[in-house]
Amino acid sequence: MAADAQNMDALYQEIILDHYKRPHGAGLRDDGDAEVHHVNPTCGDEITLRVHLDGQTVRDVSYHAEGCSISQASASVLNDLVVGQPVDRSLQVLDEFQRLMQGKGQVEADEDVLEDGIAFAGVAQFPARVKCALLSWMAFKDAVAQATGKDQA
Amino acid sequence: MAAAYDVARVREDFPILQRRLAGDLPLVYLDSANTSQKPRQVVDAIDAHYLAHNANVSRAMHQLGAEATEGFELGRTKVAEFIKAPRREEVVFTKNASEALNLVARVLGDAGRVREGDEIVISQMEHHSNIVPWQQLSQRTGATLRWFGITPEGRLDLENDPITERTKVVSITWVSNMLGTINPVQQVIARAREVGALVVIDASQAVPQIPVDVAELGADFVAFTSHKMVGPTGIGVLWGRYDLLAELPPFLGGGEMIATVTMEGSTYAEPPARFEAGTPPIAQSVGLGAAVDYLTELGMQNVAAHEQAITAYALERMLEIDGLRVVGPQEAVDRGGAISFTLEGIHPHDVAQLLDSRGIAVRAGHHCAKPAHLLFGVQSTTRASFYLYTTEAEIDALVDGIRHTQKYFGA
Repeated sequence: MAADAQNMDALYQEIILDHYKRPHGAGLRDDGDAEVHHVNPTCGDEITLRVHLDGQTVRDVSYHAEGCSISQASASVLNDLVVGQPVDRSLQVLDEFQRLMQGKGQVEADEDVLEDGIAFAGVAQFPARVKCALLSWMAFKDAVAQATGKDQA
Repeated sequence: MAAAYDVARVREDFPILQRRLAGDLPLVYLDSANTSQKPRQVVDAIDAHYLAHNANVSRAMHQLGAEATEGFELGRTKVAEFIKAPRREEVVFTKNASEALNLVARVLGDAGRVREGDEIVISQMEHHSNIVPWQQLSQRTGATLRWFGITPEGRLDLENDPITERTKVVSITWVSNMLGTINPVQQVIARAREVGALVVIDASQAVPQIPVDVAELGADFVAFTSHKMVGPTGIGVLWGRYDLLAELPPFLGGGEMIATVTMEGSTYAEPPARFEAGTPPIAQSVGLGAAVDYLTELGMQNVAAHEQAITAYALERMLEIDGLRVVGPQEAVDRGGAISFTLEGIHPHDVAQLLDSRGIAVRAGHHCAKPAHLLFGVQSTTRASFYLYTTEAEIDALVDGIRHTQKYFGA
C-alpha cells in the first residue's frame, strides 16, 4: 500500500504517540511470577516482561522494552488493558488485539474490548510493523503460560 | 579516464528509479548496501537467456545446452577478469556471499586446516555472515574465535592485535556494511602472513564500489555477491587461490561436483566444479556477466569517485542536523557509501517509516551487525546507502525528510 502522509497519521495516531512518550507501567518490578525476554529478530526490538499474578487475576505487568514507537506504545496499552483483569479475560483481549493486527486492515475490532488499542487499527495496514505491535503481547502470552503452568516444557 | 561521470545518463538505465510513489513523489532509493537496483542491460541479458537459450548446463548434448553452458561459463570469465583473477577456475559460484563464507569455513574445518587449540580471527564490525560460520567452525573443531575491536571513530583497532602464532584463519570485511569504514585489509593480510594464517576477505560491499584486484590483494579467499553490484540475486562468488582450492575437499555433494561415482564411493571434480553441486545459477551468471560489463563500461574508478563524492556530500549535509549522530567515521576518508545514524528521541523504525511516506527508502535495524551496534551503545540505526545512481538532490531529499521526521515526532 502507498505509505503517503495521510497514512502516516493513520499509523501514528495521537493515542499511540501519547503512549509512546508517556508509557504506562514501564519498568521491571519485583515479585513476578514469570519473566520472559522476546526479540524481533528482523529489527532487534526487545522486551523483558514479567507477569505478576494474584490468584487468577493479573495484578501487574511490568516490562523493560527497547524499540520503536509502535512497540513501546503497544506495551503501554497492554499494561492498561490487562492489569486488574482476570487471566482469562486478559487472554480474550489478547486474542482480539491479535485479530485486529493480523486482519490486514479489514477487521472491525471491538472498541469495548480494546479501548485505546483500537488506535492500532492503522498499523495492521503496514505488514512490516505488525510484529512491532505484537511483540509485547506475544511476550505477555508466553509469560502467562509459564506463570499458570500451562507451559512447563 | 572517461569524461565527467554523468549520473543523469546512468539513471536512464534504471527504469525503477523513474517510479513515483508515496502520493506521486519520486522514489529516492538509499538502500543500495542492502541490494542495488538493476540496469536494463542486466535484465535484458537474463531475459534473452531465458527466452532464447534456456537449457541445463554441461550435461545437455544439444544446441541449447551448449548455448546455455557458454553463457554460464562466460559469466565466470567476466567475473574473473573483473577482479583480475589469475585463472577463471578460481571463481566459484555460490548462491550468495553468505554461502561463500560458509563454504570456506566448512571445508577448512573438514580439511583439518583448523583444529582444536587453533585460533580464528575476525572483527567486531563483521556482518553476521562473517561471524556465525566462524563461531560454528569453532564449535565443531574446538578452535578459539578472537577478533579485532573497533575504535571510537569506527575504524578497525589495529593496536590491539588478536593475531598470534596460533592463528590459522583471519576473516575480515573490506568495507563495513554498517559503519561504512574501508579497512586497511592489506595491513591485516601482511600481519596474517607473518604467522602463516590464511586470509578470507568479505568483499560484499567492496567489489560493488571500488576497483578490486585479487592478485594484487594477496588474500587467499574473497567473497562477494552479485545483487549488490547491479546483478541479479541468487548468485554469489567465492574467489580462491587455485592451488588452495585444489587441495580442499568438497562442500555440498551432488551432481556436477564429481569425477566418478560408484555405490562404494566417489571422486571429485577439479575446482570450481568441485564446489558447485547441482544445477548452478545459470541465468544469474549470465546476468552477473552483464552487470560486470556494465560496471566496466562505467569504469570502476569513476564509480568509486562518485561514491566518494556523494558520501562526502551526504556526511556534510547530515552532520548539519541537530540531534543526528553518525555511527561510523564522520569524514569521507577510507569510507564507503553507507551512513548509519541515530536521531535523538526517535527510533530508527519510525524514521524509516516517515522517510518511506516521502518516497525515501532506507534501512532501519541492526543491519546484520548486532555486535557493532552493541559496541556503540545503540540497539539499532537508520542507514542510508548510496550507489552509482545516487544524486545530490536525493541527499537533499533525505535531509529534508529527516527534518520533517524530527518535526513529526516533536523531537
